[in-house]
Amino acid sequence: MLFLEIRKKLTSFELNVQLKAKNEIVILFGPSGSGKTTILNCIAGLATPDSGTITLNNIPLFKSKKECVPIQKRNIGYLFQDYALFPHMTVKKNIYYGAREQEFVHQLVQVLEIGHLMEKYPRQISGGEKQRVALARALATKPQLLLLDEPFSALDQHIRQECQDELLRLHQTWNIPVIMVTHDYQEAQKMADRIYKINKGQVSEEIKSNFSQ
Amino acid sequence: MNYTPLLLSLKIASIATIIVFIVGIFLARIIARNSFPGKNVVESIILLPMVLPPTVVGFGLLYLFGKNGIIGSLLLEWFNFQIVFTWIGAVIASVVVSFPLMYQSASAAFQNFDLNIENAALTMGASKWKVFWTISFPLAFPGLLAGTVLTFARALGEFGATLMIAGYIPNKTETIPLAIYFAVESGNMEAATFWVVIIVLLGFSSIMWLNWWTKRNILRFSEINDKR
Ligand SMILES: Nc1ncnc2c1ncn2[C@@H]1O[C@H](COP(=O)(O)OP(=O)(O)OP(=O)(O)O)[C@@H](O)[C@H]1O
Ligand SMILES: [Mg+2]
Repeated sequence: MLFLEIRKKLTSFELNVQLKAKNEIVILFGPSGSGKTTILNCIAGLATPDSGTITLNNIPLFKSKKECVPIQKRNIGYLFQDYALFPHMTVKKNIYYGAREQEFVHQLVQVLEIGHLMEKYPRQISGGEKQRVALARALATKPQLLLLDEPFSALDQHIRQECQDELLRLHQTWNIPVIMVTHDYQEAQKMADRIYKINKGQVSEEIKSNFSQ
Repeated sequence: MNYTPLLLSLKIASIATIIVFIVGIFLARIIARNSFPGKNVVESIILLPMVLPPTVVGFGLLYLFGKNGIIGSLLLEWFNFQIVFTWIGAVIASVVVSFPLMYQSASAAFQNFDLNIENAALTMGASKWKVFWTISFPLAFPGLLAGTVLTFARALGEFGATLMIAGYIPNKTETIPLAIYFAVESGNMEAATFWVVIIVLLGFSSIMWLNWWTKRNILRFSEINDKR
């Protein structure tokens, strides 16, 4: 369970967010530049809020600028907007970089069907494959929370739907809070248990309509 | 033929390059990545020797390390040791003059890849050291290598500041550039020509090697691209 209530001054507006996530898929939906990535960065510890609190499974990650858990200790999986795979390492080295249990990663590789890519370098694989590798890498540390920054935006419609279904399946077995950013309203409707709309740093929760799926 | 100038030059340039390599990477990493008040001033001071005549650098070094200099007088008092007119003085001159080259190459190299690649490693629990050695250093390596070769070449060619702080003492501080100058001055054109050929060959082969290495590695990457 994630609870977050933060404020942060950005270049042209103030980010002012309150949100919570149980073991569900929460969507952050909003236009470009509205502060979505900044929210994820604050949760991961890559950016620091000016004030507020962030709590994950009853453990405070952030209370003030002086009381905050360092990035390395947060155990949060983060799939970056542009994947940020390590270009000089093979897929295998990428995935095992922060891995805890070999056996678990092995399963992950099976589930995501990337076994045949293990010896390749990131430049040698396609966008959809990169996305799956980055997801495997983010999950390999057995995170307590998963952050996905527009994970499917670079994929074409067909692969995109496959990946969405795969994520839904994974989440059923995983059961951790997932926070996912998207531009795409259809995607938001399909994936979300809960949707937050963001505009210029202001957040409002939208009740999910059931008929759209 | 006396080969000491060659050995001295290689010794001085190598030691200077090692020092510049370590300190340059360290400072570039710390300064380029953080913003703090006065950063602009600090960076300007680091780069200053690049735009000043070497004689001015030599003058400054004498001011610091001379018998009555701030550091020089302390060294003399505490260790009874003098830097002026020794090969160590030549190392210091080479370090100061070539440092800006390494600093610039290194800070560019560390900014040459997506910051999120390092961030990704941090979110996976890697310590800052691990991130540096497994991510930042290998990704910056081509730029760091280029900086190192430039540093070595510049250190090898250092003349003005070296002459002012280390002087011209045959077999002790006589590097190749000094040997050339004083050979010409005493009319020994044969010796001067010899050293000119040597130093041109040294410089030329460093740059050749760097180009070859860079091309080979770019080639390796493009091979990876094509093999899909
Ligand atoms: N460290 C920072 N300090 C101040 N302002 C920032 C900082 N980082 C980003 N911003 C600003 O905050 C705003 C939101 O940026 P952010 O990257 O969070 O948007 P986004 O919703 O993820 O956009 P996109 O959909 O294009 O990825 C932008 O206007 C940006 O210029
Ligand atoms: Mg973004």
